[in-house]
Amino acid sequence: MFKTFPQGGIHPPDNKLTVDKPIVVLPLPSQVTVPVSQHIGAPATPVVEKGEAVMTGQIIARAKGFVSANIHSPVSGKVNKIELVTDTTGYKQMAVMIDVEGDEWIETIDRTVTFVKEVAMTREQIIERCQLCGLAGMGGATFPTHIKLTVPAGKKCDLVIINGVECEPYLTSDHRLMLEKGPEVLTGTTIIMKALGVEKAIIGIEANKPDAINHLTVLSKDFKGVTVQPLKVKYPQGGEKQLIKACTGLEVPSGGLPLDVGVVVQNVGTAFAVYEAVQKNKPLIERVVTVTGKSVSNPGNFLVRIGTPVTRLIEAAGGMPDDTGKVVNGGPMMGKALAMTDVPVTKGTSGIILFPAEEAQRSEVMPCIRCGKCSSACAMGLEPYLLAAASERSMWEKAEKEKITDCMECGACSYTCPAKRPLLDYIRLGKTTVMRLARERITK
Amino acid sequence: MSSTVLLTVIMLSVLGLFSAVILYFVAQKFRIIEDPRIDLVTEALPGVNCGGCGYSGCRALAEAIVSSTSFEGLYCPVGGAETMGKVAIILDRQPVAVEPKVAVLRCQGSPDNCVRTSFYDGATNCRVAHALYGGTTGCHYGCLGCGDCVIACKFDAMYMDPVTQLPVIIDEKCVSCGACVKACPRNLIELRKRNKKDRKIYVSCLNKDKGGPARKACKVACIGCGKCVKICPYDAITMVDNLAFIDSYKCKLCRKCAPECPTAAILEINFPVKEDKPAEPAEAVAN
Repeated sequence: MFKTFPQGGIHPPDNKLTVDKPIVVLPLPSQVTVPVSQHIGAPATPVVEKGEAVMTGQIIARAKGFVSANIHSPVSGKVNKIELVTDTTGYKQMAVMIDVEGDEWIETIDRTVTFVKEVAMTREQIIERCQLCGLAGMGGATFPTHIKLTVPAGKKCDLVIINGVECEPYLTSDHRLMLEKGPEVLTGTTIIMKALGVEKAIIGIEANKPDAINHLTVLSKDFKGVTVQPLKVKYPQGGEKQLIKACTGLEVPSGGLPLDVGVVVQNVGTAFAVYEAVQKNKPLIERVVTVTGKSVSNPGNFLVRIGTPVTRLIEAAGGMPDDTGKVVNGGPMMGKALAMTDVPVTKGTSGIILFPAEEAQRSEVMPCIRCGKCSSACAMGLEPYLLAAASERSMWEKAEKEKITDCMECGACSYTCPAKRPLLDYIRLGKTTVMRLARERITK
Repeated sequence: MSSTVLLTVIMLSVLGLFSAVILYFVAQKFRIIEDPRIDLVTEALPGVNCGGCGYSGCRALAEAIVSSTSFEGLYCPVGGAETMGKVAIILDRQPVAVEPKVAVLRCQGSPDNCVRTSFYDGATNCRVAHALYGGTTGCHYGCLGCGDCVIACKFDAMYMDPVTQLPVIIDEKCVSCGACVKACPRNLIELRKRNKKDRKIYVSCLNKDKGGPARKACKVACIGCGKCVKICPYDAITMVDNLAFIDSYKCKLCRKCAPECPTAAILEINFPVKEDKPAEPAEAVAN
């Protein structure tokens, strides 16, 4: 039975051009740039020095505080410099640059491809390993995994949902991972269940991936408590709260976390990373990135080391087409356009999409005609036109009253707006301002 | 017919009279005694409610002035010394001399100076653009060119120059209310001391990068070389994070620093052309 979430949602064209492209391992670049802040929370502190020789998998920046994640060297070689470099947003941030020499891994990492199903570790050991290996949510938000695996006192978790929805058009990295690394993903799920002390797990997959649904349904028979839930295709089903609603019918209260209804949601990519960290002691140093676009000659899914320049990925996909107007980091709905392509791949880079100029440009902004399409499209039940207008006029109290902080920035409102108003741009501004004001109120 | 009209008139008159009597007593009972000087001071203030004084409007400032015993921290930048003089007469106090200020833009990132590396087609709003990314040039300190400051200005003292894509401040109209300073997410606009004939010398850049990257991003960026700091005889220039800053209260407008600047980041505005150096590059950019 196919399920979905009831409120809002849109159906953008799928454009999954790279569904049939197996994951290709990208050759090592000559230099990698590893930013020290690739996760939500405090940036890590570099622990290597200029000129120091590092090995693949070695810690090069240590987590600062609990809400932070370790950063490991994705390559072996020499630290060229540690300085401020332009990151994907165009602002400068601290990064470690490493000149690649060979590929020497540290000995503790098990590099064999043998599949290990039995989980030997205890609950605490799993969480500690995830923290050591610098795992962060691979869906794009990059929230440190060890925090999500630690259930706070007074809260109870009774279900794990693995997010295999990949509702963003174009992207296929999670889809390929489920097809090619099915047993590993399921073992990762079992590990997450063990860490949280949960008996049940649901893997939510949208109906546009029938091969993945079949593959994992067959495989999951060998994993106790894991079931696959096929879902109707609807954006933004990959949103945590939407996925919980679709799979279980439970509704996360406004301003609350999934744990309030006893659920923890993890991405398929994270489940795979957890498997590698726990069973193979491999830190998070590489990830699958979809490089795609309608005029790209060789789009595909690539397994790349963190820190590889995006330019290398584009070269691997057959170079930048002449008609390219915009390069987007992430999915077309929630991703951000890159100001320059000479930026590194980070833990949260799920895709690089090259849009032709005529598709990329935004249309002329027209006045709001009060059609209400944005309100119907909003999966959180908000009124985007109102939130955008309030933010534009700096009416922060009004925006807060209208629950602007519940917005998950999926972009369905901007997509559906017939007047092409930049609704999400303003809502994002309002959301960050309201959240800042709320924080200031607390500290006062 | 006529009796109906008469009855109506009488009825309404009686009703009106009755209400007036009630209202009179209510007004006596709930009377609010307010210092009459507040109204006088409010009238003396410009009445634009710009918020430049830090209060929510002219009346709020008037209340604050009347309730306080001195002019400490209470100043209308719009009306300036003239208005404050009038207020002082009303309150029979000694006026405090505050030097007038003027807003200046600390960026010269026109397309000529600062190469555009990308194109922005999001919402035309500086705060949105600033939160999203570094900007259309390689400099993520400079002007975003969406004109939030121009919209914020209530005195028509600013406009966007279509050629340089930068806002321009009209000195004569600027009342230094500070609305543009608050509107700019990059803090590019500064209120500086207003000198005679609107003469100005200031570092028109906020780029805190080291020399190389700063120069690469913009031809007229401050590269933090420190030449101006060395030559300044009044210790008015400080260097913090590869960026020079001229304190407008210490600066004596001696004009020694501007010719020293290798990138013409220091602007000299409204000065007569120097005899010995006829081709002054900085003046060509000014206003």
